[in-house]
Amino acid sequence: MPFKSTVGDYQTVATLETFGFLPPFTQDEIYDQIAYIIAQGWSPLVEHVHPSNSMATYWSYWKLPFFGEKDLSVIVNELEACHRAYPDHHVRLVGYDAYTQSQGSCFVVFEGR
Amino acid sequence: MAKKYDAGVKEYRDTYWTPDYVPLDSDLLACFKCTGQEGVPREEVAAAVAAESSTGTWSTVWSELLTDLDFYKGRCYRIEDVPGDKEAFYAFIAYPLDLFEEGSITNVLTSLVGNVFGFKALRHLRLEDIRFPLAFIKTCMGPPNGIQVERDRMNKYGRPLLGCTIKPKLGLSGKNYGRVVYECLRGGLDFTKDDENINSQPFQRWQNRFEFVAEAVKLAEQETGEKKGHYLNCTAATPEEMYERAEFAKELGQPIIMHDYITGGFTANTGLAKWCRKNGMLLHIHRAMHAVIDRHPKHGIHFRVLAKCLRLSGGDQLHTGTVVGKLEGDRQSTLGYIDQLRESFVPEDRSRGNFFDQDWGSMGGVFAVASGGIHVWHMPALVAIFGDDSVLQFGGGTHGHPWGSAAGAAANRVALEACVKARNAGREIEREGRDILLEAAKHSPELAIALETWKEIKFEFDTVDKLDVN
Repeated sequence: MPFKSTVGDYQTVATLETFGFLPPFTQDEIYDQIAYIIAQGWSPLVEHVHPSNSMATYWSYWKLPFFGEKDLSVIVNELEACHRAYPDHHVRLVGYDAYTQSQGSCFVVFEGR
Repeated sequence: MAKKYDAGVKEYRDTYWTPDYVPLDSDLLACFKCTGQEGVPREEVAAAVAAESSTGTWSTVWSELLTDLDFYKGRCYRIEDVPGDKEAFYAFIAYPLDLFEEGSITNVLTSLVGNVFGFKALRHLRLEDIRFPLAFIKTCMGPPNGIQVERDRMNKYGRPLLGCTIKPKLGLSGKNYGRVVYECLRGGLDFTKDDENINSQPFQRWQNRFEFVAEAVKLAEQETGEKKGHYLNCTAATPEEMYERAEFAKELGQPIIMHDYITGGFTANTGLAKWCRKNGMLLHIHRAMHAVIDRHPKHGIHFRVLAKCLRLSGGDQLHTGTVVGKLEGDRQSTLGYIDQLRESFVPEDRSRGNFFDQDWGSMGGVFAVASGGIHVWHMPALVAIFGDDSVLQFGGGTHGHPWGSAAGAAANRVALEACVKARNAGREIEREGRDILLEAAKHSPELAIALETWKEIKFEFDTVDKLDVN
């Protein structure tokens, strides 16, 4: 049987872990994820790093985790403020779970270049 | 008051059936499903199980009187009907803590599922559940790392992990094998896995495999910017060879190794788990031979017991079945034992097959691994059933993609992330699964092709081992 010409060439992509294989989120989709983090009782926090160092364990905190914050727009504003301050950095949103001492959620909102 | 020696054969129930006994927090409790020979009263059968799995033997012996057997004996304290079954019954047995060596799962099983299973007065016997007292649990190390440490080491958060077994399971050279590992990992999987039968065969000796795999993992990490791993199977003929392989995996900078805990044995597993804790290595656990032991509804050991034993013996990931794939598994029962792997306290819940409250104390959790005959259409159900603290493994569902393993991996990763995103946004992913996948496929030709390839495959057979309900 001849080789099917419909076989595609899968090219490796550099990704940034969770949600790295989905198209960038819209504003509403980001709101959904923040609402999820808050509904779980997790603390939202914002981190950023220069793309050359994206595999580092520790990214820089933007301010401190927003402990107890329930207002979605506050978190959106902080994500945007971080992005404005470090336009060439990756900026990610974390839902920090103090009970498990883990991150219940973590994804990159703005990709630096 | 001292007792007199009275030689002969007593009925077991005179000594081992104690319906007034209130179990202590420190007792190890067991629930057996017993099917006796015709004509033997339930109390006698249950007492015989208690006796033969603890201090008793068939005849009274003089040396019993040298000790306080009432302190050491196991005793049956409750008998219950099995719903929907006229001939079988549950026997609840309490064993004093001192019957068992600290930290030895081997010792617990040798007692509880030893000679008693061949006992002639029984037609069938099944160990349904064990309540391990916290006092015993604190003598076991448990998982070398646990779920939280594994997430931190692998930098994976907020979603199930994604893996796949390298296929064909046997017969590839080391270099070809490493190629398949590389393809899967560059395509978006977090882990790949040695098949359980891959040890060190003539076509592919272990050093050779470890070296090529290590190169594949490193390259995939460099190219994708994500953490990757491959479960290097260290199961071997002797513990010495097992440790030699584990040491080499560590030397190569690999994050995770693998062991088959039932064929390898609990002693080997506990030893390797301790090595992993000491050496900062994750431990993936396969369960070959489990179905021989756990599938018959009236005889053997339920998998929830084997799962509890593994958590105590040590492992960071354990295969649990998929509920939806090609291998046996009842949904409620599976949920019951994945709780036992991951939670710090699991309440008694007969609807999930858990017969006792089980307090795990501070013991780390084990990732539930779903593997076997699953493909991308199963993704919404798998995410709903298993939640985030799981590893979803698609073998045929990765390599069988018309564009190859990398595209198959990408398809699974897109599907997984689409389901997690939808779940977080409050959608009912099992009910809306089809829409969620089709929407995601608009941005991913790899997923669109995968959905087309596996659209008709189902494995719908009745479960053999069901929970006992009316």
